[in-house]
Amino acid sequence: MVLAVAVPFAGAILIALLHRFPNLRETATVATAALLFVLVVILMTDFRPDDWPVVELFEIFPGVAVGLAVEPLGMTFAVLASALWVVTSIYSIGYMRANREDHQTRYYACVSLSLGATIGIAFAADLLTLFIFYEVLTLATYPLVTHAGNRAAQLGGRTYLGLLLGTSIGLLLLAIIITWFEAGTLWFAVGGIFGDSPPAMAGVLLVLFLFGIGKAALMPFHRWLPAAMVAPAPVSALLHAVAVVTAGVFTVLKVSVYVFGTELVSELWSDRWLLWVAAATIVIASLIALRQDDLKRRLAYSTVSQLSYIVVGALLANRAGIIGGGMHMATHAVGKITLFFCAGSIYTAARLTNVSEMRGLARRMPVTMAAFMVGSLSVIGLPPMAGVWSKLYLVTGSIEAGEFGLLAFLLVGSLLSAGYLLPVAVQAYLPTTGANAAQDTGIREGPVACLVALVLTALACLALFVFPDALYTMIARIAVSP
Amino acid sequence: MEFLGHYNYWIAITLAMIGFYTVIARGNMVKKIIGLNIFQASVFLLYISMGKIEGGTAPIIADGANVYSNPLPHVLILTAIVVGVATTALGLALVVRIREAYGTIEEDEIQALDEPT
Amino acid sequence: MIGAHLPALQVVVPLIAAPLCVLSRRPLAAWTVALIAAWLSLGIAIWLLTQVLDANAPISYALGGWAAPWGIEYRVDAANALVLLIVTAVGAVVVPYALVSTSHEIAPERHHLFYAALMLCLAGLLGIAITGDAFNAFVFLEISSLSSYVLISLGPSRAALTAAFRYLILGTIGATFILIGVGLLYMVTGTLNMADLTYRLAGRGENRTVIVAFAFLTVGITLKLALFPLHLWLPNAYARAPSAVSAFLAATATKVAVYLLLRFVFGIFIAAYALDELPLTAILMPLALIAVFTGSLVAIFQDDVRRMLAYSSVAQVGYIVLGIGFATHTGLTASLIHLFNHAAMKGALFLAMGNVFLRLGSVNLDALAGLGRTMPLTVAAFTLAGLSLIGVPATVGFVSKWYLVVAALERGWWPVAALIVVSSLLAVVYIGRVIEVAYFRPPPERSAPVEAPLSMVVPTWILAGACVYFGLDTSLTIGVASRAATVLLGLAP
Repeated sequence: MVLAVAVPFAGAILIALLHRFPNLRETATVATAALLFVLVVILMTDFRPDDWPVVELFEIFPGVAVGLAVEPLGMTFAVLASALWVVTSIYSIGYMRANREDHQTRYYACVSLSLGATIGIAFAADLLTLFIFYEVLTLATYPLVTHAGNRAAQLGGRTYLGLLLGTSIGLLLLAIIITWFEAGTLWFAVGGIFGDSPPAMAGVLLVLFLFGIGKAALMPFHRWLPAAMVAPAPVSALLHAVAVVTAGVFTVLKVSVYVFGTELVSELWSDRWLLWVAAATIVIASLIALRQDDLKRRLAYSTVSQLSYIVVGALLANRAGIIGGGMHMATHAVGKITLFFCAGSIYTAARLTNVSEMRGLARRMPVTMAAFMVGSLSVIGLPPMAGVWSKLYLVTGSIEAGEFGLLAFLLVGSLLSAGYLLPVAVQAYLPTTGANAAQDTGIREGPVACLVALVLTALACLALFVFPDALYTMIARIAVSP
Repeated sequence: MEFLGHYNYWIAITLAMIGFYTVIARGNMVKKIIGLNIFQASVFLLYISMGKIEGGTAPIIADGANVYSNPLPHVLILTAIVVGVATTALGLALVVRIREAYGTIEEDEIQALDEPT
Repeated sequence: MIGAHLPALQVVVPLIAAPLCVLSRRPLAAWTVALIAAWLSLGIAIWLLTQVLDANAPISYALGGWAAPWGIEYRVDAANALVLLIVTAVGAVVVPYALVSTSHEIAPERHHLFYAALMLCLAGLLGIAITGDAFNAFVFLEISSLSSYVLISLGPSRAALTAAFRYLILGTIGATFILIGVGLLYMVTGTLNMADLTYRLAGRGENRTVIVAFAFLTVGITLKLALFPLHLWLPNAYARAPSAVSAFLAATATKVAVYLLLRFVFGIFIAAYALDELPLTAILMPLALIAVFTGSLVAIFQDDVRRMLAYSSVAQVGYIVLGIGFATHTGLTASLIHLFNHAAMKGALFLAMGNVFLRLGSVNLDALAGLGRTMPLTVAAFTLAGLSLIGVPATVGFVSKWYLVVAALERGWWPVAALIVVSSLLAVVYIGRVIEVAYFRPPPERSAPVEAPLSMVVPTWILAGACVYFGLDTSLTIGVASRAATVLLGLAP
């Protein structure tokens, strides 16, 4: 376990050292990613539902230790992140080289650091460890977001850092310290750590946590996501479709299940209120997405919307809701990363960023647009793609909780997502007539490495539809305590 | 009446106020130092006043004397006087350097000269 | 045999080094003397700390063989052992740094005087920390203050002179207040020995003289402490002094003043008043909170980075006093931890700016453009210490903030806890400004500054590294601070 966290950090140093040898450096990146994946898989195969391995590392304050533990949700996250890192590394090589980006070493090294932090979050045994890696993640991704180094990147970076650090130090840290103060411990435990006597402040505490976890992009603290789109596409893909935002909703789920306990959550007065905030985020973000012409920004708002689905799952606090949330964490990641890969590929090959200019693109970039179609269907939640299972569980969860208004919001959200994703895919297949036609000359498919990556993720969307069992059983174990 | 009996302390307080006021209200740097000195002198008076024992003579062992004033405050004040002298010397040295650098020792003029920087 | 005289040696070593520096005219010779003295002092401080921790009892040393309470007593317990460690450690790091930085900022014929003053300042600060006699504390306070006026006046611009003068006036007023306070205490109890004062003041809290003495002492010390609103001397003094001096003073002078406040208030007056009756909380806490916010806010708008750091120091002192204001064990522990941590953080930050000043000749924000590329080590150290100031986990700043918030929660003051956390965000802004300029703006074409020399980079990194190391391994800081708090609160010897 400790190795799993350490490997990406060591890899980052190695990458930085290989600054002068691009090919070796790229190999190091892919090798580190692959090694991580292997380690995580080993952990997974050893994982028993009734015996969660725990490692206590050291104490920072007297009585507050830092440690790692493996539990179902974390395991899922770790597998997801490490697998997708391998794929993203391949994609990055294609993207970076084709676009002749500067500072590639800094990019690969920071990605490695970010993944290390992500695995740290996944395997955190207590709130403090999670918080430490959460902050490390924010800091490690800042150079990635501001990669371009121009004024727009600087401003975007300010929003990114400002919102994320602001919510985490201002709200999350306060919530963590209050939790420690009230509960006496920060170690995650099934059924919550408040025992039988939840503090009077639990309701407020829940609010602090939910808004403090800025990476979950709950409105109104969501603006960092679209601001972070100034980053190059591989960054947006891995970090903002997978690592960063997934870390956010992962933390929400963890807090909900292991700090508060699902029973406590459903009893709190703030739970319903927050549920409506999340529902509103789903719909409002989707509406904003509809109006975005820049493809990456549209996808960003789509992510904001989809993340709130997971938050809804966590807040519903019943078995179906949690499972739905967990599954959606995975399916959304796979689907969204496909979409971002396609966006990057389109930018690299055709230098297009606006949806309105992408008419008829499928003729020129058939593989990319096919993958885009697959990813869209998954995110919307239509068969035969993976997204359908998670949406199903979320719907079940809201029916079980009797929240029919919420159900309406979920369904409206799905409709809207169809509204902002399908036209992009469909119009790419339309004939190229009229003023909005994409330029015919000189557009070929994206770089090979990019194509390989996005085909892999698209296939994953399909695979998860056909074989959802592994994912389901892993997450369902959450409800079972060792 | 006790009021008059404590005239030492009243003088000390008055001097302290005068000194303090001079430090704050005067812009001329030498005057500030003078004010500081007056303020410190008032504290010396305070200490020495408290060391006096009624009917006590100077705290040097001599034949025929049984009651001596408390020597400790005297010692303390000697130290404090030395400190005061050092402070004054340092302050005046700074004033000389400031005069060389700025051409004036009025605080408001110096502030005006410093503003553009 | 020497071991028995260590407490005295702690002060005597730098004190003797001072005239030796004056006598050795050549800068290098003076520097060597200062270096040896500083490192010896560090060794002595470490020894004293280990002795106190092992014995779990204070070390008492009668100066000149005259027994307390008539003689002057040096008394080392967990509280001042920590302070001794901080001061000597900073001194040991700054003296090697000063070799190169002063050659750039001060005229060569004055170097030996500079080191003499530095040694006097060190001796004074150590004396305040180690002494167990109230008047002796005043004397050492004046020694350290006078030498710091001299040190500040050696700054590169003429504005350093006015800054030193202003500090002289205000500092002397503060010291005189302390003198009045000590005199009044003597009037009431007839003793100057701190332990004896504690004993004799027991239950005398209603005595008007005692109350007035308390007031004078507190005001005098808070002036030295630069607590709002008595902080006006600090920004100019730190901004215009030579770089090594700013780093040294920022990391030590205010800390020792805090220690003095703690010693007087909690060590001595605790006997006169019960902990709850102390009017401290009502007065200190609002002032501390205001200090935190105004300091941070004003820092955001500064263009001179050293002034910004100075205002940041005002804010950080606010945090320390906030911990004192809580008047609980956790609160005191938090203050003492932040004492240590702030010394490391601010020391590193000022040393980094010294590097910049050496190479660029300016510390204005605009001048820092693109420095991330040309002086990577320096800017990295600045970033690390800056992150610590913000309170990012795995750095020392996080530890301090954690304890402060827990102390606030223990008292049940949720709004204060929220304020502590929110004010950290202000630090994000002013540190962020520097980092943005250093990393994002392209460096100007003509000048190509090179990284500062190793003798300056290494001390900077020692302090910056300490920010991270002690953020992860907190056994030393928290352990000693907790012990010190216990001692101060009179819960244990």
